This record gives sequence, C-alpha cells and structure tokens, in this order.
Amino acid sequence: MSSILVVLVVMPFVVAVATIFLPVGISKILTVISGAVTFALALALVPTATTHTQIVTGSMLRVDALSVVFLVATTFLYGATAVFAGGYLHLADSPAGTRYGRRFYAGLNLFCWSMVAAPLVNGLALLWVAVEITTVISALLVAIDDTDGATEASWKYVLIASLGLGIALLATIIMYYAGTTVFGSAYDLSYATLLAGAGRFPPDVVRLAFVLAVLGFGTKMGLVPVHTWLPDAHSEAPTPVSALLSGSLLAISFYAILRYFQIAVRTLGPTFPRNVLLIFGLASLLLAALYLLSQRDLKRLLAYSSVEHMGILAIGMSFGAPIAVVGVLLHVLAHAAAKGTAFFGAGSVVRKFATKDMTKIRGGIGALPWSGAMLVAAVLALSAMPPFGIFRSEFLIVSGGLSDPRDTAAAVLVILVTLAFFGLSWFTTQTMLTPDLTAVSADGTAAVTLAKGEVSAWIVVAMALGLVALVILGVHPPAQLSQLLNHAASELGTPR
Amino acid sequence: MHAIPSTYAGVADVVAVLVLLTEFAMLRAPLLRSQVKLYAFQSLVVSGLAVYVAASRHINDLYVLALLSFVLKVVLVPGLVLRLLRDAEVDLAGSSVLGVASMILIALGVSVFGFITVGSLHVHSIALPTTALAIAAAVVLVAFVLIILRADVVSQAIGFFSLENGVSVASLVVAAGLPLVVEVAFLFDLLVAVVVFGVLMRVHHGRTKSLSTEALDRLKG
Repeated sequence: MSSILVVLVVMPFVVAVATIFLPVGISKILTVISGAVTFALALALVPTATTHTQIVTGSMLRVDALSVVFLVATTFLYGATAVFAGGYLHLADSPAGTRYGRRFYAGLNLFCWSMVAAPLVNGLALLWVAVEITTVISALLVAIDDTDGATEASWKYVLIASLGLGIALLATIIMYYAGTTVFGSAYDLSYATLLAGAGRFPPDVVRLAFVLAVLGFGTKMGLVPVHTWLPDAHSEAPTPVSALLSGSLLAISFYAILRYFQIAVRTLGPTFPRNVLLIFGLASLLLAALYLLSQRDLKRLLAYSSVEHMGILAIGMSFGAPIAVVGVLLHVLAHAAAKGTAFFGAGSVVRKFATKDMTKIRGGIGALPWSGAMLVAAVLALSAMPPFGIFRSEFLIVSGGLSDPRDTAAAVLVILVTLAFFGLSWFTTQTMLTPDLTAVSADGTAAVTLAKGEVSAWIVVAMALGLVALVILGVHPPAQLSQLLNHAASELGTPR
Repeated sequence: MHAIPSTYAGVADVVAVLVLLTEFAMLRAPLLRSQVKLYAFQSLVVSGLAVYVAASRHINDLYVLALLSFVLKVVLVPGLVLRLLRDAEVDLAGSSVLGVASMILIALGVSVFGFITVGSLHVHSIALPTTALAIAAAVVLVAFVLIILRADVVSQAIGFFSLENGVSVASLVVAAGLPLVVEVAFLFDLLVAVVVFGVLMRVHHGRTKSLSTEALDRLKG
C-alpha cells in the first residue's frame, strides 16, 4: 500500500522529464496515461484511508483521509486535462511548434507533479515547499503563450503569489516555534507530531501562525482581498492550465489552510479559526458575486466563479456542524470536476470563435453541438443545479449552517450564491443559447458565420468525463467515497 | 523586570537591526545596481548571523546552511540579476510612485507597527532574543512597502528576495533547530524562484523594452 505513495510522487516527474526528449505526439499519450494511472492509484488509496488513520512511507510521505480527498480531486483533473490538452493544442508543424509542445507538456506534467506531491508530503514545511513549487511552475505556464497579456498576468501572479507564500513561510516558522515550547528546539514538523502536541501550544503564537497561514495560502487560494492575481492568470493562461489552476491549485492551497486549521482548533478551540475563515469567505463570495454580474470575458467569468466557490469553502468550514465539513470536502471534488469541464468548454468556444469576449459570441450550441451543450451543463453544475455534485455539497453546507443557532451566515451564503448564479448563467446562456448567427452581423459586430462542428473529439471526451463524475457525485456517491469524506471531516474536527 | 540581555541576544538584535537598516537603504537607493548590491550585503549579514548562531548554540547544521545561503544569496542571485541589468542596458533609476521622504516615512510607520504588534505577542523564551523576531517582522513589512511603491520588475523581485531574508532572520531566531533537510528545501525553492523570476524579467524586458511595470495595466475588472 505504501509503495503507491512513492509511485504517485515519482511518476508525473519521470513523465515530465521524458516529455522533454520525446516527440510531442508520444508525450500527449504519455501524459494521458500518467493522469489515468495516478487517478487510479489515488482511488486505490481510498479504502485504506477510510480504515487506517494514516499511511506513512519513510519520513517524507504520508496520507490520511483528508489528503486522499485532495489527491483524488487533483489526479482526476490531471487525467481529464491531459485528454483535453490533446484536442486543444494546435501545434504548427515547425521547430517553434515542437518547442512549444515540449515546453507545454513538460510544464503541465511538472505542475501536476507538484500538486500531487503537496497532499502526499508529511509536514507543514514540506507542504510549503510543494506549494511554492506549484507557484513557480504555473507562473511559467501562464507566460508560455508569450503575449502582452500573458506577460503581464504571469508577472503579477508570480509576484503576488510569492509574497503570499513569503507570509505562509513566516506562518510555518512561527508554528515551528509554537512546537518548540512542547518538543524542545529540534523536531520535525510532521502532522502526527504537531497534532499530538497541539493542545499544549501557546495560544497567542498559534493564533498568529493561523492568521498568517490563511492570509498567505489564501493568496494562492484566491480569497478576497488577496485574490487580485487570479482573474488575470486564469484568463491569460492556456486553457488547460486555467482548468488546473482553478480546479486543483486553489484546492491544494485550501488543503494547506485546512492543515493549519486542524492544529489551530486543537490549540484554540473552534471559535477563532472559524471566525477568521468566515470573514475571508464572506468577502470572497460578496466580491465574486458582484464581479460575476459585470463580466464580459468568458474565462474571467469562470475565474470569478472560482473566487466564489473558494469563498463557499471557507464559509462552509466556518460552520460548526460536521455535515457542513463533509459538504466542504465534497465541494472540493465537485468543484474540480465542474470547473475543469467549464474551462474545457470555454477552451472549445475560444478555439471556435477566436475570442473570449462574450458580446462577440453568439449561437454557441449551434456551432458546437456537444461541447456547447456540455458547457451550459457545467455552468448549471457550477450554479448548484441538481443532479450535479455541487448541488449536493452546497445543500450539505447550507443545512449545516442552518443547524447552527447563528444562522445568519448561511442566509447570506444563499443570497450571494443566488446572485452569482444570475451572473454566471445570464452570460453563458446568452452566448450559448441565442441561436441566430445572423442577428449578430445585423448590428455590425463580428459577422462570421461559423460552420457547425466540434473543434476536437478529445475535448468532448474530456468534458463528458467531468460531467459523468459530477452526476455520480450528485446522484449517488459510492459508499466508500462517502466514508472517506466522513472520515476526513472527523479528522478536521476537535478531538473528543 | 527587564533583565540585562545576554551577549548572544545583543549580537542577534544588532544584526537584525542591521538587516532592517539595509532594507531601508534599498528603499531609497536610486540605482537598481546599488539596490542589488545592498541585497547582497544584507544576505551576507544574514549568513553571518547563521554562523554566529551555529557557533554559540552548537548547531552544526547551521554552518552548512550559512554556506549554502552565502553561495546562493550573496554570489548567485545578485550575480544573475546584475547580468540581467547589464544585458538590459537600462540599469538606472528604478522609478518609484512616491518621493524618497514619503517612502521612508511610510516604511517607518509600518516597521513600528510590525515591531509593536509582534512584540506584544509575548513570545516568551529563555534562550531566544525575541526582539529580533519583532525586527524581522518589520523587515518583512518594509519589503512589502518596497515592492508596492517601486514600479520596476527588478526592484519588485529584489524586494521579494529581501523579504525572504527577513523570514530567514525570524527562522534563525525562533526556529534554529529546524531540520537541515527542510532548510535546504527552502533554499532550493528560493533558487527555483530566482530562476523563474529571472526568466519572467527577461520575457518582460523582451516585450516592453523596459524594466518598468508601467505598461502592466491592461488586465482589469
């Protein structure tokens, strides 16, 4: 069982190195295989993670139920994005095209490697290292298209995210200091050690470390007011990278915050950590909902939807009820699938219409019968419509919030989510469902009549994978997955 | 109730103040080249602090760390950035949003804030000088001021690297026993970050033919 962890942490890296030397056509297939195998291995960990408290390999690798949840989300999107990228990339048959393809696949696999490693490593220090590696690799991937927009977005991203991680590093060191009061001056920052001693840590120090961690990792998670890099990077990156940034990277940063949360509730009790997350969560949800109402750029629309969903995650953690925490973890899985699918659809639209400006896109379903329809379905899924997974997860979160005597936050959550639903579905249905292509040319804008037909079958397959996962999560999650979520939620709670 | 600080605490505090003063000097340095040199000096001071902590507390791992951080932060990083400046041939005048006096006043304000906030946490400890931790917090905040108020990619990158120096001081003060493998991982990460910053600075310079960030205002909303 423990050798699975080693394979998981080695394979994407080996594939990344291989793609530098192999022809792009082979790299494409190899990346899909690597994504599928890591996803299968992550699923193979599920039964063990629900029965054992932890699986440890050496001193560096460790998983428990909580990390397996994030591992499943990340590896699923790795596989789906690998399939999507196969259809999305149109490489010129020239040395420049080959060079781009090699860089892209090496970067994509390295990026996924760092995100797979983050939930696998044992301890806060190595977790910080893994998250920092995700930043630098994804910054290069954001810049890869070499346009003015990509250059600007990547500089903002690398600078703001690095500053956030500078703060997170300070949090790591201060948490280490909190531990020295119990364990003496030299110990390792492994989770089991920290959790065992957390009850005796000095409260003021842990409070400082927790706030710094939320602010620092929250920068990468896209919490308002430190989200400013996010819409730029998501809209300017190549679409496969946008999907990974949004579905996996934000979740991995949330995972880091949850690790600090786990320690903080043991030292401080639940009230303080929950209130901190509530403030950041409400700010994110409010701002994202307002921005969603005024977006014209398709990929920025989806980016603000990510800010919205990260806000929901933070608010969900602030509710005390265990059912809300289960909802939050399910939300991580469902959001990865839904946002991935939505970005795949957006990629298909952008390839077809050659613009991200939603005022210039009309008749999406007419031009793209499959991916257009599935994009609408993905947006409905993001708006928490049944039968998709996000319906179930938001239902759990809200019912957890309403069971609390202070249920104002749950009410605000429902209102703001409705507002976000308006923005998201208004623009998407307008672009996708307005059938008449000539109506656009009448008022003088983009008078292109597009032939009906998909950009690539690969894109359709990737989107179908995402929707199937969403329906499974929404209609009837497998029993073992539910057990995993319950187990992880209880790990996040206070010990009895 | 204030005991006289030990020599160890005194030296650590003095070094931390030196790091903070260098940060202020970087804030006012008009030439990018001199800013990079100040960063190299600051890193040298931090490496020196590591050696001092290693010697007085008998933590041999820290000698290795000091050596690595010397090679990386005093030799490699400034060397790379200076080479970039030479290639860019626009090494002069890092632009800034505010005048020097206003910048220094703001920086003074935030460093006092950081000093008092962290100082009021009462991070008690027998062996560790906690004043140095408060000064390290001030260094981090002044680095933020530097990054926010300077409008060129080199100053912003150097600001980030010097922020890392502030965190290094904090880690030497409160977490000197951090396992070596972790410290090395931190440094390796910094190395990767430096390479990526360098690549992106080159890309930026290649597109805009300047190091200023003034052109970076297209993406909004």
